[in-house]
Amino acid sequence: AFFWLVSLLLSSLIWFIAVKASDPQDEPLQKGLLIFGVMFSVLLQEVFRFLYYKLLRKAIEGLVALSEDGCSPISIQQMAYVAGVGFGLMSGAFSMINLLADALGPGTVGIHGDSQLYFLTSAFMTMVLIFLHTFWGILFFHGCEHRHWWEITAVVVMHLAVSGSTFCNPLYVGSLVPSYLLMATAAAWAYLLSGGSAQNLRRFLLCK
Amino acid sequence: MITFMNNSDSEEEPCNERTSLMSAESPPVPSYQDGQQASEAGEAHAHRKRRTGSSRSPNNATDGDVSDSGVPVRESTLENEEEELTLKYGAKHVIMLFVPVTLCMIVVVATIKSVRFYTEKNGQLIYTPFSEDTPSVGQRLLNSVLNTIIMISVIVVMTVFLVLLYKYRCYKFIHGWLILSSLMLLFLFTYIYLGEVLKTYNVAMDYPTLFLVIWNFGAVGMICIHWKGPLQLQQAYLIMISALMALVFIKYLPEWSAWVILGAISIYDLMAVLCPKGPLRMLVETAQERNEPIFPALIYSSAMIWAVGMAKPETAARGPSQQMWDTAEDRGEDHRSPSHTNSQISERRSPVPTRPITSFEELEEEERGVKLGLGDFIFYSVLVGKAAATASGDWNTTLACFVAILIGLCLTLLLLAVFKKALPALPISITFGLVFYFSTDNLVRPFMDTLASHQLYI
Repeated sequence: AFFWLVSLLLSSLIWFIAVKASDPQDEPLQKGLLIFGVMFSVLLQEVFRFLYYKLLRKAIEGLVALSEDGCSPISIQQMAYVAGVGFGLMSGAFSMINLLADALGPGTVGIHGDSQLYFLTSAFMTMVLIFLHTFWGILFFHGCEHRHWWEITAVVVMHLAVSGSTFCNPLYVGSLVPSYLLMATAAAWAYLLSGGSAQNLRRFLLCK
Repeated sequence: MITFMNNSDSEEEPCNERTSLMSAESPPVPSYQDGQQASEAGEAHAHRKRRTGSSRSPNNATDGDVSDSGVPVRESTLENEEEELTLKYGAKHVIMLFVPVTLCMIVVVATIKSVRFYTEKNGQLIYTPFSEDTPSVGQRLLNSVLNTIIMISVIVVMTVFLVLLYKYRCYKFIHGWLILSSLMLLFLFTYIYLGEVLKTYNVAMDYPTLFLVIWNFGAVGMICIHWKGPLQLQQAYLIMISALMALVFIKYLPEWSAWVILGAISIYDLMAVLCPKGPLRMLVETAQERNEPIFPALIYSSAMIWAVGMAKPETAARGPSQQMWDTAEDRGEDHRSPSHTNSQISERRSPVPTRPITSFEELEEEERGVKLGLGDFIFYSVLVGKAAATASGDWNTTLACFVAILIGLCLTLLLLAVFKKALPALPISITFGLVFYFSTDNLVRPFMDTLASHQLYI
């Protein structure tokens, strides 16, 4: 969570500088800057995820060295999961919390012609992002562990795609549907990487 | 509303204690007033020798006996294992401290957000005489710096006074001072707080009920904090008085002064604990020489009790807690003295079975607790509360400061595990908190607002 926060800080710093340095009246430029800000932020988040991976690696080595039986009390997969959840929670919290605070107060949604589904879609989008961050965490760490660079690039590309799809808002079908599809893909992939299989799933569902 | 608090006892509260990581050698100890002292001192010595052995105790009770022979060869391996254990259970300590810090912050933020009273400006403390209502920015800055200087010097004077009292064994005076200030906190501030909360929610309460409630709350609080009581109740009371104190600070400190004070106090903390002539360090060392715990009243301790090989579970369970609260006698509440940051990863042995262990059924109860000074709680909460009160970005800033402080606390505890001596808890957390507050408020907020208005997600 902390790492995500730092990445957010840096990316907003860049965006802020860019905005201040540019003409506030120029609409398309502002929009362009915003898009640039978003993409840059996504890339920075992934960079920080990588840095976090490096930090955890070092920590695991330390723990292994100190432990009695040569294996650390927490595995890298668990750490990947926790890292993903941390990222997701922080990003979700930052996206939603002001919305929720405003939702407590009086008001009408979409009174100025915006979509009336604002709160609903924001909620769904946040949820899908949190899940995605969790799965990306697992995929990313797995890729770093086994040096599967294609996994890492896949995560980055997916993140960019999801953020990019939100540019379609308020045409929600353009953003929510692809995001959920990507989430399903990422979920299946992460599940397979973590050692699950169709058999396990069936057994679990049938409570054997 | 009270504009100037004349009573110097009132605000200066138990603030300031910082966490200090005490060397694991320091025996956790007996109350200086108890007759048990002799036996416990003896026990403490025996305990020291066994410390390395017993650190493995949760799993191997037998080792406790065997290692008693003090074989130096085993020392190194035991030390390693002890280190590992420290790290392993270090995570538990971190969680044990996260929970109270989080609770305190939640109480403060919830109050700030709902009760208008604490965000209204109704005068200033006598310790920050310069007003910030000046027309020019430079003047305002100057005033806040002057306020800070006054506040910090008051704190320094109080700390030095406390250290002197402690050195010359004026325990009764310290004790009385502490009781007075906690009385004030528990009764007066609670009364004000309750009054404001009731006003906000428009709930009527008659005076007899109010009197009953406050009397009970205060009396139980006094007993719990200064004498004996269930650990969790004592922790709850400490959290509540920290929150109350933080609320008072948030209300009565002017804007810029508050931020400058936060910065200055973390620098002071750093110096007071680490410099050889720093008052806090001297306090810690004096307490160590005398084998006494340092002012447990001003310290939040989260003791975990592991009972290994319990022969008498009943007495065993009560033993350590008694020991802990027996030390209530030498609790010193220091007014505003950034005192002793004591976080000892201390091991305590139950006083009950002191006979040499022949069977591993001996009651080895170990308490491992981490202690964090109440002043730390207070200043963390002040930072988060101020962020909640004054930040225009509302919740994002508060959340960012909260995460920053917790991470700072984590890092401090990590350093604690590495250095094993008294460490100040304020600097890292407050630095992170301040950095994140200002940057989130000014940089992140416009970014997030723009993103939210277009419903873009990153």
